[in-house]
Amino acid sequence: MTPVRLIPRLDVKGPNLVKGIHLEGLRVLGKPERFARFYYEQGADELVYMDVVASLYGRNNLLDIVTRTARETFVPLAVGGGIRSLDDIRDALRAGADKVIINTAAIARPAFIREAAERYGSSTIVISVEAVRSPDGRYEAYTDNGRERTGVEALEWACRAAELGAGEIMITSVDREGTAKGFDVVLTAAIADAVPIPVIACGGAGTVNHLSEVILAGHADAVCVASLLHYGALARGVANDGDDFSEGNVEFLRGARGPSRRQGVSIQDIKAHLADCGIKHRPNSTEVSIV
Amino acid sequence: MSDTAPLVAIVDYGLGNLFSVSQACRRAGLETTITSSRAAILDADAVILPGVGAFGNAMSALERLDLVSPIRDIAASGSPLLGICLGFQLLMTESSEFGRCRGLGILEGEVLRLPDDRSRRLKVPQVGWNQIVRGPGAPSDWIGSPLAGVPDGAHMYLVHSYFVRPAEVMNQLSMTRHGDVEFCSSVWRENIFASQFHPERSGEAGLSIYRNLRARMIERKEKQDV
Repeated sequence: MTPVRLIPRLDVKGPNLVKGIHLEGLRVLGKPERFARFYYEQGADELVYMDVVASLYGRNNLLDIVTRTARETFVPLAVGGGIRSLDDIRDALRAGADKVIINTAAIARPAFIREAAERYGSSTIVISVEAVRSPDGRYEAYTDNGRERTGVEALEWACRAAELGAGEIMITSVDREGTAKGFDVVLTAAIADAVPIPVIACGGAGTVNHLSEVILAGHADAVCVASLLHYGALARGVANDGDDFSEGNVEFLRGARGPSRRQGVSIQDIKAHLADCGIKHRPNSTEVSIV
Repeated sequence: MSDTAPLVAIVDYGLGNLFSVSQACRRAGLETTITSSRAAILDADAVILPGVGAFGNAMSALERLDLVSPIRDIAASGSPLLGICLGFQLLMTESSEFGRCRGLGILEGEVLRLPDDRSRRLKVPQVGWNQIVRGPGAPSDWIGSPLAGVPDGAHMYLVHSYFVRPAEVMNQLSMTRHGDVEFCSSVWRENIFASQFHPERSGEAGLSIYRNLRARMIERKEKQDV
């Protein structure tokens, strides 16, 4: 298999990197471009920006953040949240994205996947499947960050998306997202074994063991990691100083709530763990030279 | 004029990761113009044919914009021509993506679909970082080539469902393995370098390809100025 990719996922609201916290809503962690650059320098294989409110409120300034990020990071950048048309895809690519991540618009009109793949190439189109487990063990695809039911069975939808020309499937377990209890390995394996295209596991990473588990038992081709890395980055001093945080829930950054109970890790920690598990990955370059 | 940064024309045919390519050029000290103008392409010190998209659409777009002949002229002129991903595939004779399509025919060869094998977890498109190793046409340690300074076995970022099979083995500068298929991941013939991987998305190893391009452009400019 192709070496597994480690992908920091940056959820963005307005100008801020945010993290959904149970019962608290969105917590501001800092400026997304600073984290993106930090992860690039630490050896991230790819970066994902997800505009967490674009499906609700329409487009915002995510593309400006994409442009600033693409100036100083030289790994692939995927962008999702509010991509509804071929023009949206063109705008994202022109801003510096390499791929777009689509959920709601594809479920609403599956032919959009084929049109997008024929226009921009399959490899540009990532279909996001947000799955919620039903009591009978089946999984239903949701849209709008796990808020809206669709009645579509997640596994069937993933297969259909692949047939229509999607280049990758990103699977998010809505049940696990933000819990740090581990990925949904059963869901990931079911989809990864059923589709011929790469599958990115997303949602639930709480320890490095969760990552090797979803790769070895869940057959994931790539793993997305959010807060596990973000808290690690904050602990390692990703610079937030001097930035203006006037928007959103910044209590955490001001320290009013004290440090998180969650422990963060670094990209090097994760790659060392993958190496210990015998999982093929891209080794970290020794250092990033300054030009 | 030798004090100005060399100028790269990045061909804009309505598709592609033009911004990423432009940023990598700038990081390497090159000026860029993103253009679909024949004159701008022919006037530049080097030309990059970037690449995201479907082969047939790309060829139609190049024909519609009347860019086929200037790209062929650049290839014949001795100015550096860099093809990336789909831009590499477009240089070839023909492709089998979505039915048979004729390419630019600058290099002899064909474009074929990668086989997938789920039982071995070989996915198509291949998406991710894979190793490049010296090809049959490569000088020792890639010295003097566009890959000079890149370690043998370096990981580069690829995203593709199709691969190139050049007719001329000695043009194969690097090879990459996907299951049982060992395909040509870059070619080099005189002023033409093209890669299936994305140098602009391959971290510092990829950026060294842009730095090598700049060095060749400066060398060529100095010769012309003399």
